[in-house]
Amino acid sequence: MADLRTTFAGIKSPNPFWLASAPPTDKAYNVVRAFKAGWGGAVWKTLGEDGPPIVNTASRYGALEVGGMRMVGFTNIELITDRPLQVNLDEIKQVKRDWPDRALVVSLMVPCVEESWKRILKRVEETNADGVELNFGCPHGMSERGMGAAVGQVPEYVEMVTRWCKQNTRMPVLVKLTPNVTNILGSARAAKRGGADGVSLINTVNSIIGVDLDRMAPYPVVAGKGTHGGYCGPAVKPIALHMISEIGRDPECAGLPISGIGGIATWRDATEFHALGAGTVQVCTAAMHYGFKIVDDMVDGLGNWLDAKGHRQLDAIVGRALPNVTDWQHLDLNYKIVARIDQDACIKCGLCYIACEDTSHQSIAALTTGGERRYEVIDRECVGCNLCMYACPVTGCISMVEVPTGRKPLTWLEHPNNPLRQAAE
Amino acid sequence: MGGAGGIASRRLSAEELSRNFADIHVPLDRERALIEASRCYFCYDAPCQQACPTGIDIPGFIRKIATDNVKGAAVTILSENIMGGACARVCPVEILCESACVRETQETRPIQIGALQRYATDWLFERKLQPFARASSTGKCVAVVGAGPAGLACAHRLALRGHDVTIFEAKPKAGGLNEYGIAAYKVPDDFAQAEVAFILGIGGIRIEFGKALGRDVSFAGLRRDFDAVFLGMGLAGVNALALDGEDMPGVMDAVAYIERLRQAADKSTLEIGRRVVVIGGGNTAIDIAVQSKRLGAEDVTVVYRRGPDHMGATRHEQELAQTNGVTLKHWARPARIVGHRGRLKEVEFKYTQLDEQGRLMATGDRFTLLADMLFKAIGQTFVPVPLGNGAAEPIELAGNRIEVNADRKTSLPDVWAGGDCVPGDDLTVSAVQDGKLAAEAIDRNLRSA
Repeated sequence: MADLRTTFAGIKSPNPFWLASAPPTDKAYNVVRAFKAGWGGAVWKTLGEDGPPIVNTASRYGALEVGGMRMVGFTNIELITDRPLQVNLDEIKQVKRDWPDRALVVSLMVPCVEESWKRILKRVEETNADGVELNFGCPHGMSERGMGAAVGQVPEYVEMVTRWCKQNTRMPVLVKLTPNVTNILGSARAAKRGGADGVSLINTVNSIIGVDLDRMAPYPVVAGKGTHGGYCGPAVKPIALHMISEIGRDPECAGLPISGIGGIATWRDATEFHALGAGTVQVCTAAMHYGFKIVDDMVDGLGNWLDAKGHRQLDAIVGRALPNVTDWQHLDLNYKIVARIDQDACIKCGLCYIACEDTSHQSIAALTTGGERRYEVIDRECVGCNLCMYACPVTGCISMVEVPTGRKPLTWLEHPNNPLRQAAE
Repeated sequence: MGGAGGIASRRLSAEELSRNFADIHVPLDRERALIEASRCYFCYDAPCQQACPTGIDIPGFIRKIATDNVKGAAVTILSENIMGGACARVCPVEILCESACVRETQETRPIQIGALQRYATDWLFERKLQPFARASSTGKCVAVVGAGPAGLACAHRLALRGHDVTIFEAKPKAGGLNEYGIAAYKVPDDFAQAEVAFILGIGGIRIEFGKALGRDVSFAGLRRDFDAVFLGMGLAGVNALALDGEDMPGVMDAVAYIERLRQAADKSTLEIGRRVVVIGGGNTAIDIAVQSKRLGAEDVTVVYRRGPDHMGATRHEQELAQTNGVTLKHWARPARIVGHRGRLKEVEFKYTQLDEQGRLMATGDRFTLLADMLFKAIGQTFVPVPLGNGAAEPIELAGNRIEVNADRKTSLPDVWAGGDCVPGDDLTVSAVQDGKLAAEAIDRNLRSA
């Protein structure tokens, strides 16, 4: 099977699947179980300053269910670790000693003063952990105290703290980025300028996952009230994919290692992150939903897929889709596809018809032939939008086929309708 | 046990009987209903809706279940089919809505439409909600003959439109076959009466029990005293085998026995044979066979003169009989009823086959089944006598039933009809549709008059 070993920002792991900093990595008991299950690495749940331990609420999670599917989206209002610092450090040291081949990274969040960072970095170094991840992303609770996303949303702070850390430790420094910004490149570039060895993203998205209509309060409800939480799970994957691709194709960030996070539940999800430039991936919600065993299929599935594609190493596909991520203005406006309905596979539900009829281009005809319902694409009306293909409940029944136009590729930049077009001649 | 020869009551304990006649289907709880509802594709111009004789907006009500708008789902169902609760239990969904489900095409596992319909209607009934309110009174009065599904559906729709309705019912209870004919385990816990109470709950409907047409009230009298008449009688006649010994003790009419079974408060008082033979191929044959078995009969054999595909009972019903330990024997017809000391002893059958022209003929071979009880379930017939044909203005018949047009109007200008007394499928759901369409036509007629 293909070689899944990775070296990410100098940190080695037997496979690219790490557990993200979160409840599953809060203590040795969990992390050891994860390593036994086959996870390549773990980012220990965020440590804070020494002192009175963090206090958490009862009722911490909320979930989005869609059509009977549980936890399509997930939210939490839990803070950083609520265990004493020394207990965590001792456990980290022991786990690293017992599992030397696994990546063990420690997530950190302390107040925005250099002395605080210096102090904790020194103590983490003593554990022999492989690196640190600066938690600049946590959107709830800690941000009200000037930490987490409160830092991550200000590029100058990101750069400053990253630089402090790089100056005060020999360990690789990863910076975990918050998606709660209008442009991820601001903080990504700042991390790079500060000397970060890599970035991890996305942290959770600011959200209210739902409203309890009986108690008239947002979920999760704590004694009748709720607060915004950090959204994660399968639903946030598209946001994460976009953000890592933005970093991946940004010349200023060139060469910056990316650990992809956000809704990864399967090897296929992970592979999409790799294709857009992620060197490793981090998982949390899927493990919280199904337990650590899911890594078995992730490792196996990725290896089998690489084999089937003829790749001997994971590195061969990292960033492979990036050259094809472009801006809208560079897309070929002369490319034409139309929908094709496989009449043998069609189950006559009419969803393609009503989607197109009510909300698109009226390019599907609802016919009755010999008493049988039949749906046919009206080619001349079809704009090739894909809607019917996605509305169709039968996989493969509707496909989009290319129609040769005989015309040369034409982008908006060259298009006659564009008043600012660049003359092609 | 008490009884004569191989016929006895109390073959099973009270607990066994109560288990055997309890609900045959486990109702969906909320969790299972949500999962099932989420399987629905919400088809456009849905095939299931087209296949429903009452045209219930099935994707619409399933979506409401999926969003926990269960009341809305129930009202969607009951607006088209006021007996949606009974139909959820007794409809042959496997040949109606569920057979048309695109999931059937896709994966031979249709949405459980009947079970979801029951979930929604039960929800409403359990909360004793009355979602319908009558329109302001029109001052018109309509007579309905028969308080079965057709009559009740017609009466409810007429009452909804503001007309006053009097139903004349020969029996002491309303509900028709839901009360007297359907197998007990399909409508347990007095469901039929609960549904009747719900229907009458709208107001404006009066039932006169013990009033049979042609005996206690005359057709001409109804036409004289009411603004319109709806005929919703059932099938009063029962087909006979035309064999010697048909009146012998032990030879019984299945419809009459089921009626007795349905009305028996204590099923252990019912006498049933050790060896039971049923002749027929429709739902009544299956119902009496399965219920005989569940009363404690040891051997129950249904004998039908043609093959499984010709049976009036659906495949689903045939399989139900088989899983209840009933033997289905095809291609044979009764030839001789044999008694011993004045009681039934055995039934002799002739094997049958189709000749080259497709006609049924005897092969010449025979077999005999020992039997303590023989149930005749070979069909019922409409008896038009109470309509007093031969009078000045006869009602037209189509074949053996009352002729009606698309509005369920008869040949008489003020008379509509529906249910088993008109041509078409003898299903509860079809009867409800007849009653509903007739009521709308009567309403239009009375308003334009």
